[in-house]
Amino acid sequence: MAEIVHRIKPAVVSAYPITPQTHIVEDLAKMKAEGLADFEYINTESEFAAASVVLGASATGVRTYTATSSQGLLLMTEVLFNIAGLRLPVVITCANRAVSSPINIWNDQQDSVTIRDAGWIQLYGETNQEVIDLHILGFKLAESLMLPVMVNMDGFALTHTYEPVEIPEESLIKKFLPAYVPPKDTILDVNNPRSLGTFATPDRYMEIRQELFEDVAAAKKEIVKLNSEFKKVFGRGLGDNGLVEQYKTKDASIILVAMGSVCGTIKEVIDGLRDKGQKVGLLKIISFRPFPDDEIGAILNKAKYIGVIDKSISIGTEGVLASDLKRACFGKIKAPVKSFVVGLGGRDVTEKMIVDIFEMAKGKNNGTQFVGK
Amino acid sequence: MTLRQAQGDKMGKIKIMQKKYKNPFEHLLNPGHTACPGCGQLIAARHVINACGKDTIIANATGCLEVTTSKHPTSSWKVPWIHSLFENPSAVGTGILAALKSKGLDKKVKVLVQGGDGSTFDIGFGLISGMWERGDNILYVCYDTEVYSNTGYQASGATPHDAFTRTSWPGKKSLGNILYKKNMLEIALAHRVPYVATTTSGYIEDIKRKVKKAWEIKGPKFIHILTPCVPGWGINDNQAIEVGKLAQKTGFFPVVEFVNGELVNAMKVPQDKPKVEEYLKQHIRFKHLFKDPRGKEEIAVLQKICDENIRKYNLK
Repeated sequence: MAEIVHRIKPAVVSAYPITPQTHIVEDLAKMKAEGLADFEYINTESEFAAASVVLGASATGVRTYTATSSQGLLLMTEVLFNIAGLRLPVVITCANRAVSSPINIWNDQQDSVTIRDAGWIQLYGETNQEVIDLHILGFKLAESLMLPVMVNMDGFALTHTYEPVEIPEESLIKKFLPAYVPPKDTILDVNNPRSLGTFATPDRYMEIRQELFEDVAAAKKEIVKLNSEFKKVFGRGLGDNGLVEQYKTKDASIILVAMGSVCGTIKEVIDGLRDKGQKVGLLKIISFRPFPDDEIGAILNKAKYIGVIDKSISIGTEGVLASDLKRACFGKIKAPVKSFVVGLGGRDVTEKMIVDIFEMAKGKNNGTQFVGK
Repeated sequence: MTLRQAQGDKMGKIKIMQKKYKNPFEHLLNPGHTACPGCGQLIAARHVINACGKDTIIANATGCLEVTTSKHPTSSWKVPWIHSLFENPSAVGTGILAALKSKGLDKKVKVLVQGGDGSTFDIGFGLISGMWERGDNILYVCYDTEVYSNTGYQASGATPHDAFTRTSWPGKKSLGNILYKKNMLEIALAHRVPYVATTTSGYIEDIKRKVKKAWEIKGPKFIHILTPCVPGWGINDNQAIEVGKLAQKTGFFPVVEFVNGELVNAMKVPQDKPKVEEYLKQHIRFKHLFKDPRGKEEIAVLQKICDENIRKYNLK
């Protein structure tokens, strides 16, 4: 991770340590210490400050990066909303981790889904290769739309796992992602003094929020476009179109929907079940914000059963992704959508659990089902 | 109508207005803001930014200074200015400075961070400590109204003992704020901030001199300015200067200057220094001390604080 961030050439990196993000920023700090990196590296006294530092740097017109996790992300929350409202192209890595209490350092996705309404684009990687590629794509996306991007990688399942990856050369990255040229009129520049972060009265505020809403929704088009550009430069893309990836869904009667590293396990299970003649498939969500409503509806409309796997819950309702999916598919599909919660606080998600979920998807229970064994 | 269109229309009108009514002032913080008449903070802020000069970027905390000067889509500032949140302008300032460094502009462009007492003493306190620890070459100015002015006068960590605020009412069981004002000056010194100074809205020339002096010193600089709040203190709108002076003359607010931890300047109190009552009488926030029979004792406590300041900072 540190290596790809280094090659992307941010001007300012600021961070505060938290498991399981720590080694990313440790390595960036080390690169700086060894004279291998040009970026300014700023240690702060909290994640709140780290997010504020990259906010200030980004507003001054340079490429910025930070990384965090769990409590750190929640502590940043107020700043994250602010960064999006200010339309700053900050990129953050979230090493997804459970949220206290009880305190738990292991993986789930409660942290990032909780701040889904902050105005950030949220992308989720299944493998370390995907996470690397999502960072390259993420910076390009952020800078072309002036929107912040959060790249999510499951804590430990990805952050602490060795996988062979291809980290593109700087020259190749530069071809896809040239040096950042900030917009002239919205940065802090003594030759062109502007006021940023001014306050909006009721006759102004609503349109500003509406604009952010529309621009994040419209980012879907840009993701698709950038994904094809990405393919041309790097010879591989992200899923089908940068938004989602289908795995054996075409003739599938049961489709599971999920995001992040659990998709790898699901694919393994699908292969096994297919060998036994079961028509099962997976729809992987890469872009959680903006949510690919239309694309999802079109993919799921032929399935008989749909199960959504969440590593998070909206307490009092159901799995977060499940709710979103139901909304996106309302009136478009006939199959019932069931909500399954797995892997909270780092509980291993086994192949057996996925096999069970494929079975349970056909069942009558419409409530949220926790699958922990 | 989208915001972009609305903004375009409005900006067009503003440009026309500017042509028609030529701005009579050439300050970097301009009239047209919505602060109360006679606001001590706005007077101080105008002189601070003028003394910094146009090659300055400001990171401003949420508060009166922010809200009165930046109603979208207008602004009173003629320097680049950013407001993010209540508690984070110091870290935003660090980010601005880091970006300037990466652009090779950090020697040419100054970073000024400013906040009120709520931001400085309370909610942004930890982040200021971080900025000072990092040793960033940033001037932090606290405009201290000794109360949360912007939300309607509630007690902050800067509110003096016994003052009436909307969250420290005098009553049968209380004589106002039971707590004591934090000593930010010494907190800054404990961080080894190389330039630490205090002043008040009563001394404009002193403000200008101290801002200029601050920029001669590399590293963090902290200027703490007592800025009377007309409605919050219950003073008249022509009193910000006079009351600012009286705060110093009584020893209630010591006006001092430290370089590298050494006291290099202390504004002396007059030979016939006024008693603290003279200061307190000017404010509605201390009125109860003169009505309530228990007030006498409390006034003596406040006099003791003044005397202690005079002794400690060599103000005689």
